[in-house]
Amino acid sequence: MKRYSAFAIAREALRNHTGWDRAWASPEPKKRYDVIIVGAGGHGLATAYYLGKNFGITNVAVLEKGWLGGGNTGRNTTIIRSNYLQDPSAAIYEKSRSLYETLSQDLNYNIMFSPRGVIMLAQTEHEVRGYKRTAHANALQGVKTEYITPKRVKELVPIIALDGPRYPVLGGLWQARGGTARHDAVAWGYARACSAMGMDIIQRCEVTGVTRDGGKVTGVTTTRGDIGCDKLGIVVAGHSGHLADMAGFRLPIESVALQALVSEPIKPCMDVVVMANTVHGYMSQSDKGEMVIGGGADGYNNYTQRGSFHHIEETVRALIETFPMISRLKMLRQWGGIVDMTGDRSPILSKTPVDGVFINCGWGTGGFKAIPGSGWAMAELMAKGTSPLADAFSLGRFREGRFIDESVAAGVAH
Amino acid sequence: MLILTCPCCGVAADETELAPGGEAHLKRFGPGSSEDAFEGYLFLRQNPRGVHFERWRHAYGCGKWFHAARSTTTMEVFGTYSAQVTEPPPEITAKIAAAGKPTA
Ligand SMILES: Cc1cc2nc3c(=O)[nH]c(=O)nc-3n(C[C@H](O)[C@H](O)[C@H](O)COP(=O)(O)OP(=O)(O)OC[C@H]3O[C@@H](n4cnc5c(N)ncnc54)[C@H](O)[C@@H]3O)c2cc1C
Ligand SMILES: [Zn+2]
Repeated sequence: MKRYSAFAIAREALRNHTGWDRAWASPEPKKRYDVIIVGAGGHGLATAYYLGKNFGITNVAVLEKGWLGGGNTGRNTTIIRSNYLQDPSAAIYEKSRSLYETLSQDLNYNIMFSPRGVIMLAQTEHEVRGYKRTAHANALQGVKTEYITPKRVKELVPIIALDGPRYPVLGGLWQARGGTARHDAVAWGYARACSAMGMDIIQRCEVTGVTRDGGKVTGVTTTRGDIGCDKLGIVVAGHSGHLADMAGFRLPIESVALQALVSEPIKPCMDVVVMANTVHGYMSQSDKGEMVIGGGADGYNNYTQRGSFHHIEETVRALIETFPMISRLKMLRQWGGIVDMTGDRSPILSKTPVDGVFINCGWGTGGFKAIPGSGWAMAELMAKGTSPLADAFSLGRFREGRFIDESVAAGVAH
Repeated sequence: MLILTCPCCGVAADETELAPGGEAHLKRFGPGSSEDAFEGYLFLRQNPRGVHFERWRHAYGCGKWFHAARSTTTMEVFGTYSAQVTEPPPEITAKIAAAGKPTA
């Protein structure tokens, strides 16, 4: 792999850009790998990357039924924050956020991490108490956050209307080191780095079955033939239930649609991310100037990657009260992804009832921020069988009643 | 927009009138049951890519609960039926079978 650098750009400018390599190879699948990862979203690719980087395991294939990053990784609104309530969440999300800070350098790929700051608005007394509690919890966890006044909110977000008719802004939870990153670049950067380590990233290869021998995994059947493996990592977000079914177990997961939309580009008007969880709306401005808007998830099982329009209406109706200036904006695009929801709104990183099969799922509406940390923990779990960041998120927690309840902290989690 | 006909009052209700209630026909387990059974009842879900039997409430209409059979991949609705049953009635399963869809 040739390194990207300012020098490389200058060199290529002088020779009509004829010297760039393909960012990653597209090999034919081999007969067998030490590790197969199903799903080339951010979490699958990051898992493969840290298997190689941290544990020297590079005989790895990442199998993707569509195209790389075409699932939720390429459909999300890219909010990155780590101000969760429970200790195991704070640990993995903060690890992730801190890895994001140097990820461009680590991958030699510009993922455009922009730590512009994230505000979660408190618009009810309940939220005021909840976010003060989170700020205290974060202080104990060593995650830097701050509970701020409406005056400070207005300084950070001049376009906000503090006394919205329905829900006035009463305060906010501010994480200055939160922000956004370019979602595609995160997938592409990891893919390029994995390919450079000799791993095979195989697109348009759908896993159709999991082969087992006496309770142990032996490989997968795919649309491009059978492939053997010692260990299998299932990292397929909304399709986790389907893959679990192939491997013969059930999950505490339901798949629902989550939508987002972007406006026409306008001049810079908001340089932080604002989330309004009571009214289920959040917004940031992309580098191109588009207002990137998201809301709450739909309420029923759905694999169509299309959501219900009335959710968009609800989100936009609420945001217009908080940001009156967006009422005249034209919306350019709207789309949906299939998110994998658990009962406690926390992810699952776990061994499974099938020996050699590991699963990473349940990130639901909020797993983009977690990609590096999740990959780090999942790689450790797959290599060593245990990981301090992952262990609390095992499947067993549902049976044992050890929930990591983040739904109490915020109804929407993005 | 998803439209379901409420079998209780007969109204063809828009999704905005309805509240989703999750997987239908769960078998309940209480104190004294095995951990497996209790975990399965409380948390584990079919979450099928295909026909889903589910509960809905006609929240902004007659207020009653009912059941629906709907495909999660095409949004096709195979019918709605009473909440007072523990499995889908034969006319619904026949319709699903006629459409060539597995019901598991
Ligand atoms: C609209 C929207 C907004 C969001 N906003 C945010 C946000 O602001 N911040 C945040 O942190 N998170 C957000 N999220 C959540 C975030 O996008 C996800 O949690 C995260 O991207 C999940 O990544 P993943 O790698 O697990 O899954 P994915 O990116 O979905 O990757 C899974 C891959 O598995 C593949 N696959 C499935 N089945 C098979 C098979 N049988 N064989 C082979 N491959 C298969 C799929 O094609 C897919 O590419 C949002 C999600 C949506 C939909
Ligand atoms: Zn009714």
